[in-house]
Amino acid sequence: MSGLKAKHQRLILVAIALIAIIGAGLLAAWGLRNQANYFYLPDQLVAAPPSVGQPVRLGGMVADGSIETLADGITVSFIVTDQEDARVPVRFSGILPDLFVEGSGVVAEGSLNEQGVFIADNLLAKHDENYVPRELQEMSEHQAARMAEETTVGLE
Amino acid sequence: MHGFANPTRFLSLAKWLTPLLLLSGIVLVAGSLAWGLFMVPPDRLMGETVRILFIHVPSAWLGMGGWMAIAISSLMFLVWRHPLAALAARAAAVPGMVFTAICLATGSIWGRPTWGTWWEWDGRLTSMLVLLFLYAGYIALAQAVARDGGSSRIPAIFGLLGAINIPIINRSVVWWNSIHQPPSITIGKSAIDIAYLIPLGVAVLGFSLLFGGVVLARMRALLADVQTEARLRRMALDG
Repeated sequence: MSGLKAKHQRLILVAIALIAIIGAGLLAAWGLRNQANYFYLPDQLVAAPPSVGQPVRLGGMVADGSIETLADGITVSFIVTDQEDARVPVRFSGILPDLFVEGSGVVAEGSLNEQGVFIADNLLAKHDENYVPRELQEMSEHQAARMAEETTVGLE
Repeated sequence: MHGFANPTRFLSLAKWLTPLLLLSGIVLVAGSLAWGLFMVPPDRLMGETVRILFIHVPSAWLGMGGWMAIAISSLMFLVWRHPLAALAARAAAVPGMVFTAICLATGSIWGRPTWGTWWEWDGRLTSMLVLLFLYAGYIALAQAVARDGGSSRIPAIFGLLGAINIPIINRSVVWWNSIHQPPSITIGKSAIDIAYLIPLGVAVLGFSLLFGGVVLARMRALLADVQTEARLRRMALDG
C-alpha cells in the first residue's frame, strides 16, 4: 500500500465511500418501497382493505362503460380497475378533471364506506406516458376503421 | 481533460467557447420554443397545455444534469485536487437551481389542468423539491467556504453525497405508484410522437448549450475574482 500514489489512494477512498453511499441510499429506498407509494392499487385495496372511514388514495384505470351519472346530476359512479381482476366501485360528487375519461388513469382520495364503495372527496386524473397529436389519433382511428372494413368484406 | 486543469489554458479556451455556447444556445432555444409554442399540434388528451413540455423537460434534465456536473467536478477535485474542478462545481450550482425551480413551477402549472392539482406529496414531486433544497444548501456552503476560508473539500463531499438523490428522482415513478407518469423516453424507445420529439430534442440541446455557456461565464468570473484578490493582496504587501 505504501507504494501507492496519494491520488490513487484518494481515488480508492472516494470509490469506497461512493459505493457505501449508493448502498445506503438504495437500502433506504428499498425500505420505503411500500410506504412511499402515492396511492393503493385496486388489488391492494381489495386484498387488505383499510378500515371504514380511513382516508386513503386509490389509483387505477376507469373501467370501460362504467361511468354513470346518478339521479342527483352531480354524483358520478364508476369502477376503478387494474391489470388484475380487482374492481373497486367509486362514487364522487364534484367537478371532474378534463382528463377523466373511461380507460384512463385516475387517483381518487377518500375512504371506503360500509358497503365497500369508495367515497371520493377529490379526483385527480393521471396522464400516461404517451404524447400524440389530436389529428394523428383521429387519422389512425379512421385508418383503423377503414382497415377493419376492408378486412371484413365478404365475411358476412 | 487534465490539460484544461491549467487555468491559463482553460481561460484561452473559455474565451471563445463561452460566447459560442451562449449564442448557439439562445438561437436553438428561441427556435425550438417558437416551434413548440406555435407550430406543434395540440395533444389528443391535454390539448394546448402539452406546450409546457418544451420548457418543463429541458429544465428537469438540466436541474438533474447540474447536480451531476457538481458531483463529477467534486469527485475530480477530491481525487486530483484540481482547483478548477471546485470552481466548476460552484459555477454549475446556481443555474442548476434555477432550472430545478423552473421545472417545479412549470410542473405545478401543468398539473393543475391535467391532474387537477397544483401540488401533491408524491415520490417524483417530493424528490425534485429535495433537489431544490440540496442546491440551496450547496450554494450556501460553497459561498461560506469561499468567503470565510475553509477546505473546499467540504462542499465537494456534500456535492457527492447529494448525488444519491438523482437516481431516486429518476426511478421514483418506477419504484412507487405515482401521480407522475412513467418515463416517456427510455433507451431506444419513445412514447412521444415525432411531432413533439424533434422540437423537444432541439429545446433540450439548446438549453444545455445555454447552461454550458452560463457555467463557463461564471467560471471566468470566479477566476477573475481570485486573480483580483491575489493582486490586491500583493499590492498591499508591496505598499
